[in-house]
Amino acid sequence: MRSENTESVGDAPLYEAARKNYPAAVSGRFRTIKWTVLIITLGLYYLLPFIRWDRGPNAPDQAVLVDIAARRAYFFFIEIWPQEVYYLTGLLVMAAVTLFLMNAVAGRIWCGYLCPQTVWTDLFFAVERFFEGDRRDRMLRDRAPWQAGTMARKAGKHIVWLLIAWWTGGAWVLYFGDAPTMVKQVFTGQASASAYVFIGLLTFTTYALAGFMREQVCIYMCPWPRIQAALTDEWALNVTYRNDRGEPRYSVKHGEKAKAAGLAVGDCIDCKACISVCPTGVDIRHGPQLGCIQCGLCIDACDDVMKKVGRHTGLIGYDTDINITRRKAGKPAVFRVVRPRTVLYVAILIGIGGLMSYVLAHRTLVDVNVLHDRNPLYVTLKDGGIRNGYTVRFINKRVEPRTFALSVDGLPAGSIIEAQGVTDQADGKPLVAVSPDTTRELRVLLVVPAGARVEASTKIDFRAVDTESGEAAVTSDFFKAAGN
Amino acid sequence: MAQKKIDEITGVATTGHEWDGLEELNTPLPRWWLWLFYICIVWAIGYYFVYPSWPLINGYTKGFLGYSQRQAALDDVAAGAASRTEIGKALSAASLDQIRADPKMLEFAMANGKSAFGNNCAPCHGSGATGSPGYPNLQDDDWLWGGSLDAIQQTITVGARSVSADTRQNVMPSFGKDGLLTPEQINTVADYVLSLSGSGTATDEGKQIFTDNCVACHGEGGVGNQELGAPNLTDKIWLYGGTKEAIVAQITEPKLGVMPTWGGKLDPVTIKSLAIYVHDLGGGT
Repeated sequence: MRSENTESVGDAPLYEAARKNYPAAVSGRFRTIKWTVLIITLGLYYLLPFIRWDRGPNAPDQAVLVDIAARRAYFFFIEIWPQEVYYLTGLLVMAAVTLFLMNAVAGRIWCGYLCPQTVWTDLFFAVERFFEGDRRDRMLRDRAPWQAGTMARKAGKHIVWLLIAWWTGGAWVLYFGDAPTMVKQVFTGQASASAYVFIGLLTFTTYALAGFMREQVCIYMCPWPRIQAALTDEWALNVTYRNDRGEPRYSVKHGEKAKAAGLAVGDCIDCKACISVCPTGVDIRHGPQLGCIQCGLCIDACDDVMKKVGRHTGLIGYDTDINITRRKAGKPAVFRVVRPRTVLYVAILIGIGGLMSYVLAHRTLVDVNVLHDRNPLYVTLKDGGIRNGYTVRFINKRVEPRTFALSVDGLPAGSIIEAQGVTDQADGKPLVAVSPDTTRELRVLLVVPAGARVEASTKIDFRAVDTESGEAAVTSDFFKAAGN
Repeated sequence: MAQKKIDEITGVATTGHEWDGLEELNTPLPRWWLWLFYICIVWAIGYYFVYPSWPLINGYTKGFLGYSQRQAALDDVAAGAASRTEIGKALSAASLDQIRADPKMLEFAMANGKSAFGNNCAPCHGSGATGSPGYPNLQDDDWLWGGSLDAIQQTITVGARSVSADTRQNVMPSFGKDGLLTPEQINTVADYVLSLSGSGTATDEGKQIFTDNCVACHGEGGVGNQELGAPNLTDKIWLYGGTKEAIVAQITEPKLGVMPTWGGKLDPVTIKSLAIYVHDLGGGT
């Protein structure tokens, strides 16, 4: 139970021991939204690895896969190589800006509905309620001496919690390997040690974070509430107790007496239903606060009570401090979603999203990297010709084998290009075969014949052309010589 | 014990200690922390028996498992050596061409050759194998003793002017120092030698001196002879310098390079690796 001291904001104690919350069950609009979000997000998380996506014979057919061993990440039609990890950076930037946008529109939507901590904790609360009953039953049982029934209920709860936690870890590793195969391996003890370690790790974190730490994660561990507080403004919708309407509080009975005596009476009947359903155990009537994850459950609880006592719903609702002040002054409420802040966030999102889509749509599936020998920079041959050595890496991002014709632009006529270990050639261009979805590194020698004029440094272009499709990759480098 | 004193504001018991009216709240360790602490103690006791732990006067307690970090490191080294002996056996059985044709053996040979080159050859031939005046450039396509895989392997094995009975040995007389040619004659023939690679002036006199003294080793027209290790004088590559002064000095009193006999010092697999590495630098023929 919350001591009286914490009820008054100005006199908060310096020290407070963690207290266990017993949130009550509630039903209503926001509860339904939360259940829906929970089913969709968890459904996605648990089932996504099983979705298949045909990429041809040389690539895995799992829609979402991070293949660490082969250093490839697959997302439906997109295949990402390690050097393209900037797509991930872009996604993370977009995720952050989306978070800012959500925050600018309606506060902690992320915290209240979408955050894994919230979703899993919600699921764990549901399990707890199933085994141990609602708020009152749980509190009574915890306070009463231990009995066999209580222990059986608790044991049941923990077993189901552990099963959920285990499957959470199990689903995680499925993103890193072929899901059906891995399920088989995990159950037959054939999976890799790292798979079991990660399953164990996530089982533990899920069990501990959603089962025990719960709101303490949001209040003490998570940085987002602090960042959120710095990013919010007076126009952001927040779960708000409309104190202009609620105060002063009276119970229904005392309220009638007070009204009869000609006193002002607010709509809040001080039933504390909003506190009892709160998953983090805060009192929303204190106003916006760090502990509030803005899940909207207190809105459902309050609306329910208001209906019962025959008053208008919406004593707690998504609102702003501006409107409270305006209503007190007799002015109508205003809501402003389109404002510089939100427009800017949307513009940034469209900008980054557009740029990423453009880059993704225009990226080449062939590339050639060139590294000039450092030592020696050039070699004089016996006939007076100049030779430079390069390490050339051909990158084939397609899932079929390809052959590239390698040529160099920018050298004097009669220059020779030779790829060591490659004997096939056409018109003096070495034909380099590269296996599907992989790279091939070769040492390439360029020889400028004796007598040809070359500068100390000549800019040249290595050009790798797919012999079938004509797709080309060009990389610039230099040809070094003593100069003449 | 006195009765527990409860702090009014927090409702938490105090330790009973008081300093000028300030009391300390009694906030014991969390239970889970305490249990972890106990588990650590139990773990430590088990550790004492299982792993090496207590120092003794003449050693230390070995522990039931007999684990030793030194032994583990030695085992790792032995395992590494064993993994190399397997591919090493393959290399010693294969011919140079076979090694070059097999990607796995080639990869090992190139890595092994590169490392051995850095350790043994780089002091004279340079880390990039470009040599320096007096020390042949191994990157180019000019070879005193031949640039085929086998010729390179042989040169590495026997060295030059070294202790091996079969060592490469090219001799050039000290035409000037021993009075075989006069300084004027040397000057004339040096001009002729320069003309072979396109500079200097060819004179009949110079040609005559060259034919009388040099053709025996350097061949008709000065194209050299790899059997004898006689350099090709018609190309652009000069081991001891291509200026007239350098050529005159070389004819007067030749510098003759030395290379150690590596056979016996390096194992055959390393010599094969080196031969392939040097050949594939780009100058091999």
